[in-house]
This record gives sequence, C-alpha cells and structure tokens, in this order.
Amino acid sequence: MTTPVLDIIGVSKRFGDNLANDGISMSLGKGEIVALLGENGAGKTTLMSILFGHYVPDDGQIRIDGEELPPGKPRAAIGAGVGMVHQHFSLASNLTVLENVMTGTEQLWKLRSATEEARKKLVGIAERFGLKVDPDARLGDLSVGEQQRVEILKALYNDARILILDEPTAVLTNIEAERMFATLKDMARQGLSLIFISHKLDEVMAAAHRIVVLRGGKVVAERKASETNKAELAELMVGRRVTRPVREPSTPGAVVLELRDLGVRIGGVERLKNVGFVLREGEVLGIIGVSGNGQAPLARVLSGTLARTSGELLLYGEAVGNLSVGDVVDAGIGRIPEDRNGEGAIGEMSIWENAVLERLPAYSRNGLVDRKAGMAFAKSIIDAFDVRGGTPASGTRLLSGGNMQKLILGRNLSHRPRILIAAQPARGLDEGAVAAVHARILEARKAGTAVLLISEDLDEVISLADRIQAIVGGRLSPPVNAEEADARLLGLMMSGDWSHIAEAAHAP
Amino acid sequence: MSVVFDILASAGLWAAILRIATPLIFGTLGALLCERAGVLNLGIEGIMTFGAMIGWLAVFHGADLWTGVLVAAISGTLFGVLHSLLTVTLGLSQHVSGLGVTLFASSFSYYVFRLVVPVAGTPPTVMPFQPIDIPALSSLPFIGPAFFTQTAPTYLAIVIALIMGYIIFRTPVGLAIRMTGENPHAAEAQGVNPMKVRYGAVIAGSALMAVGGAFLTLSAFNSFFPTMVQGRGWICIALVVFASWRPGRALFGALLFAFFDAFQLRLQTVVEGVPYQIFLMTPYILSIFALALMARRARVPQALMQPYRRGER
Ligand SMILES: Nc1ncnc2c1ncn2[C@@H]1O[C@H](COP(=O)(O)OP(=O)(O)OP(=O)(O)O)[C@@H](O)[C@H]1O
Ligand SMILES: [Mg+2]
Repeated sequence: MTTPVLDIIGVSKRFGDNLANDGISMSLGKGEIVALLGENGAGKTTLMSILFGHYVPDDGQIRIDGEELPPGKPRAAIGAGVGMVHQHFSLASNLTVLENVMTGTEQLWKLRSATEEARKKLVGIAERFGLKVDPDARLGDLSVGEQQRVEILKALYNDARILILDEPTAVLTNIEAERMFATLKDMARQGLSLIFISHKLDEVMAAAHRIVVLRGGKVVAERKASETNKAELAELMVGRRVTRPVREPSTPGAVVLELRDLGVRIGGVERLKNVGFVLREGEVLGIIGVSGNGQAPLARVLSGTLARTSGELLLYGEAVGNLSVGDVVDAGIGRIPEDRNGEGAIGEMSIWENAVLERLPAYSRNGLVDRKAGMAFAKSIIDAFDVRGGTPASGTRLLSGGNMQKLILGRNLSHRPRILIAAQPARGLDEGAVAAVHARILEARKAGTAVLLISEDLDEVISLADRIQAIVGGRLSPPVNAEEADARLLGLMMSGDWSHIAEAAHAP
Repeated sequence: MSVVFDILASAGLWAAILRIATPLIFGTLGALLCERAGVLNLGIEGIMTFGAMIGWLAVFHGADLWTGVLVAAISGTLFGVLHSLLTVTLGLSQHVSGLGVTLFASSFSYYVFRLVVPVAGTPPTVMPFQPIDIPALSSLPFIGPAFFTQTAPTYLAIVIALIMGYIIFRTPVGLAIRMTGENPHAAEAQGVNPMKVRYGAVIAGSALMAVGGAFLTLSAFNSFFPTMVQGRGWICIALVVFASWRPGRALFGALLFAFFDAFQLRLQTVVEGVPYQIFLMTPYILSIFALALMARRARVPQALMQPYRRGER
C-alpha cells in the first residue's frame, strides 16, 4: 500500500455514559476508497465529525500526511485538505450554488469577492469531475441529487484531498447513486482519497477498495473488497447472521382503503392526478417511483396533513371527506413519514414524550399526562424494537438516524394499526435493522394490517409487496402482482411505460 | 384632482419625504443587518429612543453635533451587546429579549433624561443640523428646494444604504453574514464562526438604529421627549420584510412610506370635512397593503430567530 495520507490513531469519544467511539484506529491511502460500515449508532458519524473538527475527541489523534491535526477546528481540517459531505446537507437553500461554495473561502475583510474567478474555478472543477451544475441556480431549486453534487463541489473547491461522505446515497435515486459512484471512482483515480459511509452493501462492494467495519464504537474488522462478500459483511456488522425475512402467501381480506380519481393541486400545480388504488386487509401494496413524483403529497393526503382537490377517498368502505390528523389516528392508521426529523419526531422532546404524543388522551389521567405509563410504553418500544443509544427520558435528538426510525416504527406498530402508511421505512437503516423492520411489517400484514409501502428501493418492494403500482408525474400505474414483477418491468413502470402491464392484473 | 397635483408639484413635499424617511432608513438598515445574520432585533424601538436621548444630551452639554451622533451610535452598540448576549450566547427567545431591550431602553432613556433635565414647561432645545448648501444643485429651480436642502445625516443615510447593499452582496463578509442567517451550521462547516458574525451584525445594526433615533433630536427636531420615536421602530421591522431583506429596497420602502406620510399631512390641510385621524391612518393602511403584496414573495432568512448551538445535531 502507498503511504497513508490519513491516520486515525486511538480515537475515543464519550457522550454521557455512551461510548460512541472506543479507541478507533484506521488509515487511508492516497487514491484509495474506504467504506465505513456499521450498525445504526455504531459511531460512524461521530468518528467522521471528529476527523472534521466538529467534535473534540476525548482521546487519540488525527494525522494528515504525518502531521497532527489540532482537535475541534473545522478550519484547520479544511486547510489540511479534508472535505466533508454531511449526512444532513449543510447548505443554504436561499443562496446560489456559487455562494454556497464560496462562503468562508476568502479573506473575510476583502473589499470585494472575487466572484468571477470563483465561478471559473468552480466550473473547472465541475468539468474535471463530471459534476455538472449551474453555478447561479438557487440551491433550493435543485434536486436532492444536484444538491449533493454541490456538497461535493464545495469540498473540492477547498482543495480537498481527503473526501468524507456520510451516507451519500441515502437520499439519492438508484440512477443518481450510480452516477455518483462513477464520479467518486474517477476522483480516486485522479489521486483523491475517499471515505464513505453506507448501509447498502451492494454499493460498498462495488465502489470500495477496502472496508472497515465498526460495531459498538470499535473497529471489529477490516477487509479488502476483493476478499469478502455481502453476507460476511452483514454478519460482521451486526455480529450475527442476518437474513431478510420472506413474504408468505396470504389471502387478503376486505378492502379497507380505496382512492378513486384523487387529485391534489398545490399552488396551481397538479401534484396528483386521477390516482386510484385499493388496499385490502392483510396485504402490502407497494408504490414505487423516483422520489419527487408525488409520493410526498400522496402520503400527506393519507396522513391527514393535506387536503385533496378532487376525487373520492373510501375508508372501510365509506366515502369520507378530507381527513384530519385526529381522524387518521382514530381510524387506526399508522404512519411512518419519510422525513423523520421533520415530521416523525420532535428532537427537542424526550423519547417517551415522542412515543405518546400521538395518543395523549390514552396516556392522560385527570387531565395530566401519565408520565409513568408513557415511560413504560417508551421502554417497551425500546426493548421490542431494539432502539439503541437512549433511555425513555433522554432527548430524541441524540438518537442516531436509524434508531430514530425504529422508535417511530415502534410507536406505530405497538398500537396494532389497521392501516399502515410506510414511506421509505428502511432508508438509512443498517442491514440488521432493515431485516427487523421488514419482519415487523410482514408480521403486521399477517395480523391483518393493510400496508401501503411507498419506497424507491426495488428490492424492498419486491420482497414485501403483494401488488405493486408505480407513481410517475403524479399518476399511478395499474397494479402488477409481485410474482409477475421483475426489475425490468418495474423499471419500465417507473419510467412511465405501462403498456406491458397485463390487462388481467389491473382488473380490481 | 388638481389638489393632488398641487401637492405633488410643491417642492416642500419632496423635501419632507426625505426628512421623514431618514430615521426610517437608518432603523431599517440596522434591523435588516441583524436579520440577515439570523437575529430579530425588536429592541429597535427602545434603542432609537435611547439614541435620540443620549445624542441630544451630549449636544445639550456642549458636544458638537457629530459627536452627538457618535455618542448615540456607541450607546447602540452597547444595547447590541446586550441583545447578543441574551440571544446569541444564551440562545434565548429573540422576541422576548428584543421586547425586553425596548422596554428597558425606553424607560432608561426617560430616567436619564429626567435626571439631567428637570421638568419644565417648554423642553430645552439645541441647535440642530442645518441644511447643507450644495453649490449648483441647491439653487436649481424646484429640484434644488425639493431634493438638495437636506441636512448631512440624510445624505449619510442614503450613502449607507448603498454601501450596505454592496457589503451584503459583493463582499466575503456579506456572504458570511447571509450564510449565517440562512444556515449557521453550514457557515460553521465552512470555517465561519456564526457566533462572531451574529455579534458583529447585531452590534453594528443596533448602532445604526441609535443613529436613526439621534436624527430625530438633532436634525428633524431640536429637543427630546420620551414618546418621540412613536412606533418608527416597528415600522422599520415591517419595512425589512417589505424590502425582502435588501438594502436597496429598504431605501425605497422607507421613501415610499415617507411619501404616504408627507402626502397625507398636506392633504389634511386642503380637504375639509374629514377627520384628520383618517389621514393619519392612511400611511399605515397603505403599508399593510404594500407589505402583504411584497411579503408573499419574500425569501425569509431560513435561520431567522433560531438560536445556534455548537456541536449539536
Ligand atoms: N451530540 C451527541 N450527544 C449525545 N450522544 C450522541 C451525540 N452524537 C451521537 N451520539 C450517540 O453516539 C452514538 C453514535 O452515533 P453516530 O451518529 O455516530 O452513529 P452512526 O454510526 O452514524 O449511526 P447511523 O447509521 O444511524 O447514522 C449513538 O448512540 C448516538 O446516540
Ligand atoms: Mg450517521
């Protein structure tokens, strides 16, 4: 191996009595791509935040080209050539791409920003690495994939030689992800060194040269990509064998939810057009599609946070008006929202408060919140759904992304919902957690819950759904049975070509 | 109609517009600077009052007029430090802290004023700023009396608006300020210290507010009375929204409001049979309309009113 450009030596970090990083050592060579793998809460983000100077480690040091980096100084890390693309983007949506990239790159008290030179430099870098983006576009107008490109460009603009990407593909569509990895490989060929964090074993195997696995804050294994396989990695990560559960055949019951010709218009734009589906007890209906095609408004209509403009909604066979959130909860509809930080949980509140928030009357006594019952309920979710890194009384904000998702899932499934609306339920979860979430969804299906699964992950949909419909430009395709679906047909469906769907399948 | 035309054609109207607009320009620019960095400064009403008082007091005690303005600016920076301490360092609610600063600064102004100046029938006066005579321009017919008979602070206000527009949109500091108001975490990740930026913006912004107040006692009038700011601070807060957080538009907004105000004053004297209070209301009603119209398209700084705490997820 070439001499390492980056050495992490014995880094430890403790949050309260939670040892997030425990004596971690690893290195990175020039032109190398290392994947950092580990369960939710294993300490990956923490380690990278230390490397970038967001956190000060309790112990250990970071060396770049043999020189020790002063701890807790992002400026110093940037100066030493470290660039970071955060798990949650840190961009300003009201500023232009160029402004986002330029912030902090110049002497603060210069009389004039060298905008023209900056634009040239940015365009140059963008061309060299194939990261096309309009420098003058307002960031908020860009797609998630483009925003990610801006994050990468930002790092490269600061002359990063070491690039860290925290779950870069969690929010990308498959095509965008493929394109991004092609770019990353090209960057490595040009001499950049990269560390990326991911839960998707396919892309880890395809893109990384070397893989470092963390568990419980420790490095538990290190493998060359050529000398390992997905099954081994999954086992190393979780510490035991993981197999994704399989769907058993079932006989769906009565129709519980039906949409007819439903339309939604937001600010004059038609977001949903003539959407129709039926959902029966004990079945999973999968809605696939590239994000941004109407998934969000669909989920919101069914969650009671958005009013429809036309069409009918039948709940348990009866036509109903626009739903309020209260109606939805009362009707036994559980929801797993796509944006878990924004809509799923309130970070500022404790875990037990988040657990009971939706059903306050049930957890109240004499007009006061029954704290004891709430804590007990939260504890039961934590145990049953394996939420790690928190106690009922601790702040929800401190949970790692994956563990927050488990909390939300637990809150919904503990109440045996009759209908479950699950949007991207496994996004950002580790292999073990994905298997657990899938098992829970299938369990609910077996118990008679009707599940609407909105997902971009084809593997997930194929393995869970009984029937599949695609959403394209706010319209819903006719359904196909999962048995007839393969990646090619689903691909066609997602691109809006519905001519191949057999007539028989879409008779209700 | 000819009444309206007569008013519009009088140079006095246009001169009055600039005069009325000046404290609003200072105040709006100050509030705008704070908000661009993500801090709402409702201390403005009190800070303007204090600036009006202390600037006047300095001159009353023999300082020259510009020293009075400087003293006002310095008092503004102190209130800026106070507001920053509460909202930036301690991360308290910006509304509550701002209102607290206003209540404190207003009553404190009156207290200090009363300590120094005993109750009297007619309040004591100072010699205010005089209109400056600009060779060639001031003697032009109509144009001269309309636009070039102002006192120095008025021209200063206009120049500062232009300079601030330049700083915010064309310099690295301006970008750092905007980024801090949009996403302080992103600013931090790029090596900009959002805490320092917020302190700087609030302190400088508060100084401008105080200078706006001082204009009232040292140029528009020549004495101080405790209620003289009369809600101008709140108008400025609204003007910032009207201006979509842009200094150039803030200048325009302040002038527009001043136009309504000057116009209704003159209308009062010529239209009979309508209670004058109706006229007094019109600038505010029109402002509400203008605000509703403009604010729909405004892009609010995303991190406005959000405290920034380091190292939190
Ligand atoms: N600022 C903080 N304060 C307290 N605890 C924290 C903080 N940041 C992280 N933790 C805890 O440290 C542990 C490691 O978190 P980290 O975010 O590094 O996990 P991760 O490996 O990135 O997980 P994921 O895959 O879910 O993103 C978790 O248990 C988390 O709750
Ligand atoms: Mg993470």
